[in-house]
Amino acid sequence: MTEVLVVGGGPAGMAATLAARRHGARVVLLEAGDDVGGQYWRHLPHGRADPGERHWHHGWDRFLALRAALRDDADCEIVTGAHVWSVDRRDGAPPLVHVVVGEPDGQGREPRTYDPAALVLATGAYERTLPFPGWDLPGVFTAGAAQALAKGERVAVGRRVLVAGAGPFLLPVVSGLLRIGTEVAEVVEAARPAQLAAGWATRPWELLAARRKAGELAGYARELAARRIPYRTGAAVVAAHGTDRVEAVTVARLTRQWAPVPGTERRIEVDAVCVSHGFLPRTELATAAGCAVGADGAVTVDARQLTSVPGVLTAGELTGIGGVDLALAEGEIAGSVAAGGTPAPGAVRERAVFRRFAARLAAAHGIRPGWQAWLDDGTVVCRCEDVTAGALRRTAELTGSRGLRSLKLTTRAGLGLCQGRTCGRTVEDLLTGADGVGLLDPGRTAHRPIAIPVRLGELSDSTRTRNREDLP
Amino acid sequence: MTRIRIEVDGDQVPGLAGQTIAAVLLADGRAAWRRTRTGRPRGVFCGIGACFDCLVTVNGLRDVRACQRRAADGDKVDLQEDDRD
Ligand code: FES
Repeated sequence: MTEVLVVGGGPAGMAATLAARRHGARVVLLEAGDDVGGQYWRHLPHGRADPGERHWHHGWDRFLALRAALRDDADCEIVTGAHVWSVDRRDGAPPLVHVVVGEPDGQGREPRTYDPAALVLATGAYERTLPFPGWDLPGVFTAGAAQALAKGERVAVGRRVLVAGAGPFLLPVVSGLLRIGTEVAEVVEAARPAQLAAGWATRPWELLAARRKAGELAGYARELAARRIPYRTGAAVVAAHGTDRVEAVTVARLTRQWAPVPGTERRIEVDAVCVSHGFLPRTELATAAGCAVGADGAVTVDARQLTSVPGVLTAGELTGIGGVDLALAEGEIAGSVAAGGTPAPGAVRERAVFRRFAARLAAAHGIRPGWQAWLDDGTVVCRCEDVTAGALRRTAELTGSRGLRSLKLTTRAGLGLCQGRTCGRTVEDLLTGADGVGLLDPGRTAHRPIAIPVRLGELSDSTRTRNREDLP
Repeated sequence: MTRIRIEVDGDQVPGLAGQTIAAVLLADGRAAWRRTRTGRPRGVFCGIGACFDCLVTVNGLRDVRACQRRAADGDKVDLQEDDRD
C-alpha cells in the first residue's frame, strides 16, 4: 500500500485524504488544530458543541460526512495538534516531514518525522491586509479573525463594527458578526462598480456552472438589505483613530486605482474594524520542499496537481485563491493521483468551473496600486518591528539598493516574529514603487525555512525518525 | 458548559472550557495585552496564528499565541513586552 501524508485538515486536505483512501492508500492526515475543518468549517470545540452549529456554515452536512468517513476508517490516521516545522528535500523522493505534536507553542511536544511515498500539501492561505494609519491599534482585526472568533468561539470582536476591504469574503464575515449580535455599521468594498462589473458581469453564462456559489453570495446580499446595512463600493478605511484601542475610523472614496479622493473623508464611530484585502497562499512548506512558485505567489501545479518536486502534490488555496469548491475538487484530484489512481472526471470538471470563478474574483476585487497614497510616512508597515512606510521608502532612496534581502536587513521589515507573513507583500510593493525600477530579488519574503517557531529543547529532541515502515 | 478561571496579571478572569486564551481575554473586555519594541499596544489581529501579535506568557512559558492556545482552568497568564533595543 502506498503511504500518503496529507498536511492540512481543511476542505482540500480532507478531500485529498478521502480520495487517497478510496484508491487504496494508507493515509496520515496532519492537522495543527484540535479538529479538522480548516478555517472554512471552523466550529466550536468538542466539549462545547452547539446543537445549532449547522446554521453557522455552508455545506455543513458535507463536512460531517467527510469527517465521519475519515474517522471511521482504520487505514486513515488523523493526527491533530500536529505542527510541521520543517521539511528536508531529497533527490527523487518527497521530502522528510518534521512535526511536533502537542499544544500550540508548547514545550516537550512529541517529535515525529514522516517519510511518505507521496506528500499532499493543503496548507491554505493567509489573509492579506493593506496597512493604513492606525491599523496596528488594538480593535483592528483581520476579517478572518472576526470570523474565527465568531465561528470558533462565539465571541464578538466589538459592539459596533465596520467591515472593510475587498472581496466576497467580507460578506460571510458580516453574517457571522450579525449572528453573534454585533451591530455592523457599514460594509466598505474598495472595488468600484466598473471593476466589479468587469469581473462579474461579463460572460455570465460561465457563472451558471458555479451557481451554488452565486446563490450563497446572493443570500448574504439579502441579509445586508434586510438589516439595512449600507454596502458601499469604491471606498476604503484610510485611518483608524484611538489611543489604546479603536474609537473611530475614516472612510474615503477611491479612484479607479484605489487612491483616496481628497475631500470625501467621513468619520465613523466604531469600537472595532475588520479588514481583508484578499488572501496569500501559505507556501512555506511547499517552498521549503523546493516546489516551483508562480509570479502570483501560488504553487505551480500540472493537471494532476503535481508540483515540480517528484511525489509532492498541492491542493486548495496554496495553488491559487479560489474558495471551498475549488479546494474540494483539487483535493479530490490530488488525493487520487497521490495514491496512484486516476482523478474522477467530475472533479476535473468542477476544478475548471471554479478556476474560472476564481479568475473573476481576482478581476473584480484584485488590489490596485493607488492604495499606497493612503499611507503617510508615519504609518507602521511591519507590525512586528514597528517599521514605518517612511523608513522603508527613505532607506530605499538613500541606499539605492534594489535587493529585497539587504533592504530587509537594513530596515528590519519582515524580520520580526511573523517573519513577514503580515507585511511581506506590502513591503515588496512599497519598495518596488519606491525607486521605480523594481526589486532585484522579489518574492523572497515568502521564504521561511523554519515554518513555525520551535523551542530549543524540542529541536534537540527531534532526531527520532518515524519511518515508512512504522506508519500505522 | 464548564466554567473556568484563569489568572491574568494577578486578576481572576472567567472563561469557558474550550475557549482560547485570546477569546477569554476579549470576552473580558480586554483588547490589548502585549507591547512591541517601541511600546505600541497589541492584542488579536489575525486570529489564526499567523501574525504573532497576541503573544502571552502561559504558566511561565513565553511567546505562546493566545489565539491558538486553549485556556485551562487555573492557567497563569502574564502579559509580555518585546525586548527593547
Ligand atoms: S492573533 Fe495573530 S497569531 Fe494570534
